[in-house]
Amino acid sequence: MRIGSAKESYAADTALFDSTTQRVWIGLLAVALCAFPFMASEYWLYLACLVAINIASTTGLNLLTGYTGLVSLGQAAFMGLGAYTVAILQTRLGSPFVVNLLAGGAVAMLAGVLVGLPSLRVKGLYLAIATIAAGVIAHFMFSHFSSLTGGGSGLTVPPARLFGIELDDSFKLYWVIVPVTVLMLLGAVNLFRTRIGRAFIAIRDRDISAEVLGISLLHYKLLSFAISSFYAGVAGGLFAYFFRAVTPESFPLLMSIFFLAAVIVGGMGSILGSILGAVFMTLVPELLKLMVGWLPVSVFGGNVALILSPIRTIVFGSMIVLFLIFEPHGLAEVWRRIRRLFHLWPFRT
Amino acid sequence: MTIDWWLLFEISLAGLGTGGLYALTGLAFVMIYKATRVVNIAIGEMLMISAYVFFAFSAGMGLPIWLAIPGALLVSGAFGALVERTMIRPMLGESPISSFMVTVGLSSILVGLVELIWTADQQRLPEFLPSRPIEIGEAFVSPKIFYGFWIAVLLIVVVLLVFRFWRGGVALRATASDQAAAYSVGINVPRVFSLAWVAAAMIAGVAGIVVGSIGGISSTMGVFGLSVLVVVIFGGLDSVLGALVGGLLVGLIEALTGFYIGGEYKILATFSLLVLILMLRPYGLFGTHEIERL
Repeated sequence: MRIGSAKESYAADTALFDSTTQRVWIGLLAVALCAFPFMASEYWLYLACLVAINIASTTGLNLLTGYTGLVSLGQAAFMGLGAYTVAILQTRLGSPFVVNLLAGGAVAMLAGVLVGLPSLRVKGLYLAIATIAAGVIAHFMFSHFSSLTGGGSGLTVPPARLFGIELDDSFKLYWVIVPVTVLMLLGAVNLFRTRIGRAFIAIRDRDISAEVLGISLLHYKLLSFAISSFYAGVAGGLFAYFFRAVTPESFPLLMSIFFLAAVIVGGMGSILGSILGAVFMTLVPELLKLMVGWLPVSVFGGNVALILSPIRTIVFGSMIVLFLIFEPHGLAEVWRRIRRLFHLWPFRT
Repeated sequence: MTIDWWLLFEISLAGLGTGGLYALTGLAFVMIYKATRVVNIAIGEMLMISAYVFFAFSAGMGLPIWLAIPGALLVSGAFGALVERTMIRPMLGESPISSFMVTVGLSSILVGLVELIWTADQQRLPEFLPSRPIEIGEAFVSPKIFYGFWIAVLLIVVVLLVFRFWRGGVALRATASDQAAAYSVGINVPRVFSLAWVAAAMIAGVAGIVVGSIGGISSTMGVFGLSVLVVVIFGGLDSVLGALVGGLLVGLIEALTGFYIGGEYKILATFSLLVLILMLRPYGLFGTHEIERL
């Protein structure tokens, strides 16, 4: 609790940003986000776009897993559906960017509702494994409906056009991807100021109690799946425009695990956690690449690339394990602790 | 269209052979789940580690087979104990999702380790099973699958008997059915957890060595674990019988679809079946239906 921030109305209590300090910091962050593309190199812009896409998808998964308590290992499949929808619309019809993106989200949403249907009967880890099946089936569709999806070699996506500008490099894409992500984040934060968001949390805490309270489990579980996979679909659409190619192998099970790991590392049931988790999980492999590059070449017989990939895999796994054991509430909790330190300084908690 | 019955018989036998190994690995999985309530998605990678340790002992250090196999199993058992002590025990009392994700992390670590030490290339294990083809009527069965199946059956029987009559096995079953009651009659529950992981790691080790000697070993061997996951969900996570029946059935289905429809349909067929079963019986074929109360 911050010192000297008494709330006088319910509106003030539920406000998104509750203090002037916070508003100032958010403003500074917005300025930094706008200034970033003019100062950063191509490589950092590329990373920024990738991080933004991952944030969008991680937020979607966090709505489902962290807030509603339904574990899903199908996030990559929904992203794939969104990406393929966008790719097909863009190559076949050449329809406008925004329409494609929304269509991608909508298709993923429908699939999400379909996958969510068993969630009423199938619970917990049984559900998690049932969602692996969604990934398997999606992968099969991507590689076998070749007339539509281009089979194993996938589809090449022409650059998006917005207001007559071709979005063909990271600099231009940044101005589309980051605002879309920010918009989605705002949507997610606001969702939990409404009845729907509170219903999700009630279902997570105890679904039977929630039903007794009059929350329709069917309705809200499916809604949670729908929103979550809509986020994944839009993120997938951005993914398609960003990498300009989609193949069945672009969306493996490992990617779903990556998003679940990002949710856990960031903090389940926290929008800030999704942001921190996605940033952290995307940047750590890049950091590793840098660090392995600093090692003297002779250490591994000169073949650095050969050891980089296994080390990445090991670090990825260890991060999941270490976070779960030592920081189960994730980076969001670390962040809160740091904030509290400043709020209460010079006193200690 | 006439069906070549001998061919069908041959394919089915091969499928049942693989199914035996699924059942064996499923047994290891169910043992861990029953005792510690952890869904161990890293079971395929535990298989892989044992196969690689066996590979290191036999091909790398040149030990004879009769020494390399027990050696590899001992290392697997010790590894199981290590995993339980360092990763699973700290997660006691956390939500099932958390301990599930720990094993996801573990599987990633193991794949990385194998690639770091032995590279990702496929390797061949030394031959130790007889290689004379087996004929049943007009059907041929690959000797490796044939003996692999019988090894699996033998081990399953031994494990079931041991856990039926041995004191430690009784303790394990007691812990599985009610942890608090097990504590109160003086069973050392944390020790039972260790026991379950050690035993499961060793069982998985046997399966790993056999699977590796049939199809070679590589860092993607853990995919075997995905099929095992289908098997145990199919049979019910906490049912030994379910693992055995599910193992044979999934092996059979994979072999039949793989031959008659195409190899890439295998995983689709098993997963579709999985979804179907889950819709009809959310706790698998033989799993316990947990009744929830407020």
